[in-house]
Parts: sequence; structure tokens; C-alpha cells
Amino acid sequence: MTYRFDWSVLWNGPSGSWLLHGIATTIEISLLGWLIAIVLGIVSGALRTQALAPLRWSAAAYVEIFRNVPLLVWMFFWYFAVPPLLPQTFQDWLFDHGAEFWAAVAALGVYHGARFSEVIRAGIQSIPHTQFEAAASTGLTTAQTYRLIIIPIALRLIVPPATNEALNLLKNSSIALTIGVAELTFQTRQIETYTAKAFEALAAGTLIYLFLCLTIGVVMARVERRFAIPGMIAPRGAGET
Amino acid sequence: MDLQVIANNFSFLILQGFVGIGSFAGGTLRLALPAIVLGFLLGIFIGFGRLARSRWIVLPATVYVEFFRGVPLVMVIFWIWFIIPAALGKSLPEYGVALTAFVVFEAAYLGEIVRAGIQSVPRGQMEAAIATGLSRAQSMLYVVLPQALRNMIPALVTQFIVLLKDTSLASIIGYVDLTKAAQIVNNREVRPFELYLFIAVIYWLCSFAMSRYAGALEQRLNRNAA
Repeated sequence: MTYRFDWSVLWNGPSGSWLLHGIATTIEISLLGWLIAIVLGIVSGALRTQALAPLRWSAAAYVEIFRNVPLLVWMFFWYFAVPPLLPQTFQDWLFDHGAEFWAAVAALGVYHGARFSEVIRAGIQSIPHTQFEAAASTGLTTAQTYRLIIIPIALRLIVPPATNEALNLLKNSSIALTIGVAELTFQTRQIETYTAKAFEALAAGTLIYLFLCLTIGVVMARVERRFAIPGMIAPRGAGET
Repeated sequence: MDLQVIANNFSFLILQGFVGIGSFAGGTLRLALPAIVLGFLLGIFIGFGRLARSRWIVLPATVYVEFFRGVPLVMVIFWIWFIIPAALGKSLPEYGVALTAFVVFEAAYLGEIVRAGIQSVPRGQMEAAIATGLSRAQSMLYVVLPQALRNMIPALVTQFIVLLKDTSLASIIGYVDLTKAAQIVNNREVRPFELYLFIAVIYWLCSFAMSRYAGALEQRLNRNAA
């Protein structure tokens, strides 16, 4: 093997700023996607625990439709198939303002929302039923019970599996390179093409992903300790895979 | 909606793209099935490695698992794509690259399933087996492992679903799986809505059916255990 290592390609020339832009874009699409996923996940997760069947079914349909199709296919779908269905003016606006970026955010948010939904449902179902009854007996409506009592408790219970899902989301944001979003993996490939130093470029990208995952893990472990409810543990198995 | 494009390209999408019969060395199933089997074999070593008594076995197994669980699959595919030609001195076809990447990546997740499966067998089983005069290896092989494997089955089916969906990423390096087949047809026909919806339905049917099957298996196991 006659590979010559040259780590300086990572800071000489444009590589450094490419990597920084890549990191920024990865964090942007992950964070925006995560916000969408959290909102969709909480709403659909709460709906799945309702007594009224049509509410339950519509939330179940959302979850089953989105999580059973590869994220890559959803990326293509949101980027290639959805824009032509939109009104012309909105289409023009979208393609002037980074359509691939918004397609990636939508794909990540809606796909991971379905997965968050399962985590949140498991969290809600692990709350003792007496909590619901106690809330109702104080005169709260169902919506108030969920907003003020159940969801806050559920969110505190699901920190470990929710962290797992957030890490999956961050790693899955790399799939956005297939529709041309200039995120971290995309930039890694660009450095590789530009400098022909594949090992250095891949190593840099890999280490950055590991570092980002580790940082989230450390932060969330603190969150978990801070918000843990004594005597209650997270539902086992939720959010796996 | 113009479903004619699906009808015209149906056999290419299904036979070539999904199954892997045709002029390209491709196919979603032809990648996913060997990948789960080989990944599981490697995963057995890693799962046992994490439970070994020697620190020098536990440490590398743990690093392996944590590394691959902290890195995107896309990154792993690019790594293998680069490393194989550099190490072997000649490039491998896309199939070899994709299969290697999936086996190596999935083994980390499958190793955790193996570990959890072995740990799910009560410790008393091992002790009882040793008390009957079996060696440690025999106890593991004849007493613990059969029970562990049974407990692993639902998680293995679930992991296969994940893998089946993940194989769509092999299209990035040009492997002609179902997703790539749809891209090829779309380049010619420019019918993204119909084509991507169609492959979404195919993935959905497989994934949904198998997740139902995994759920039923799990229930049956729980009933038997109770």
C-alpha cells in the first residue's frame, strides 16, 4: 500500500471552511428536523392513547406510513415529487431558497416524528392510570390533563430513548447528501474529490460525527439526571432499533 | 397520476431492483438477505466478546459497537468504498462494497441483540448446567444459547426490517437496488411522483408485514414464558 498521508489538506486550502459549513448545515437540518419531529411526535403520541378510535387510527396511520419506508425514499419524495404539486409561486420561492434544504428538513422531521411518536406513546402508557383519574377529578379537561400533567411527566420519563432517537436523527441527516444538501458528509466527499485524500477527509468527517454524538450523549445524561422522577424509570425497550 | 409508467417498468423495478434478477448485479433482497446472515455471524462474536471475562476482549468489542453506532451508515459505506481498493489493490464491484459495509455496520447492532439475548437467560440456567457436569462451553452451547436465540428472534426480525430499509443507501455508490432502479427509470421517464410512491409502497408492504410478524412472535414468546 503506497498511500501517502497528508493531514494538512484539512486546513490548507478551502477544506477547513467547507468542513465548518458542513457542520453548521448538519446541525441546522438536524435541529429543525428535530423540532418538527418533537411536535409531531408529542401530538401523534398523545392521540394514540385517546379513547376515541378515529383519533387513535389517524395517528397510527401517520406512524405506520412514515416509519415503514426508507428515509432515503422520503428524501426523494419530498424533493422530487412534492414541489411540482405545489402552487407555482411557492415553487419558485422554494427553488430560490434552497429547496433541497427544506426537503431534507421535512423528510427528517416527518420520518423521525413517527419514530418519536412511538417513544412518547410508550412514555404515556407507562404513567400509572391514577394520574389521569386524579387530574380529571381536579376538574381538568382531557386537553388540560395532557398539556399540564401527562406530557410533562412522559417527557421526563423518556429521556434515554428520546436521546437515542435524537442521535439517530443526527446520523440520518447524512442522507440529505443524496439530494444535494451541503452537509457534513457532502463536504467530506467534496474534500475527498478536491484533494484526493480520502482517508484524511473520511477520518475528519467520522470524528466530527462521533464528537457530535458524544456531546449530545453527555448533555442528555445530565438532562436525564436533572429531570429524573424518583421512583419511576423509563419504559424498557421503547425507542429501540 | 400516470400508472402506465409503473406497468411498463414493473418487471425491471421488481425483478431487477427488488429481487436482483437481471443484467445488473443488484437487488434489494440479494443484498439484505446475505447481509443479515453474515452480520449475525459476526454479531455473535461481538456479542460474546462484550460478555467475555477478559478485559482485552471486552474492550475491542465495546469500541467496535460504540464506534459503528456513533457513525452514520452513509459514512461507513464511503469508508468501505475507499478502504477495499486501498487494501486489496484492486476495486471490488458495488455488490461487494455494499455487502461488506452492511455486514460490518449491522454486526454492531446485531452484536447488541446477541448480548441482550444471552443476558435474558437467567443466570441459574448456566449454574444448573455446570452443576450437571457440562463444561462452560457445553453449557453455553446446549443450554443458554438455544434459549437466548429464541428470545432474540423478535429483535432479529425488527433489525432485518431496519436493514431492508437501509439497503436503499447502497444506491449512493451505484448499486442497483429498488431505489436505484426507480432512479434509473425516472431519468428516462421523469415521473418522480409515481415512481417514488410505487417503491415506497413496496418497502412499506415488506416492512409493515414483517413488523406485524415480529409483534406476533414477541407476544407468543411472552405467553410461553409466562
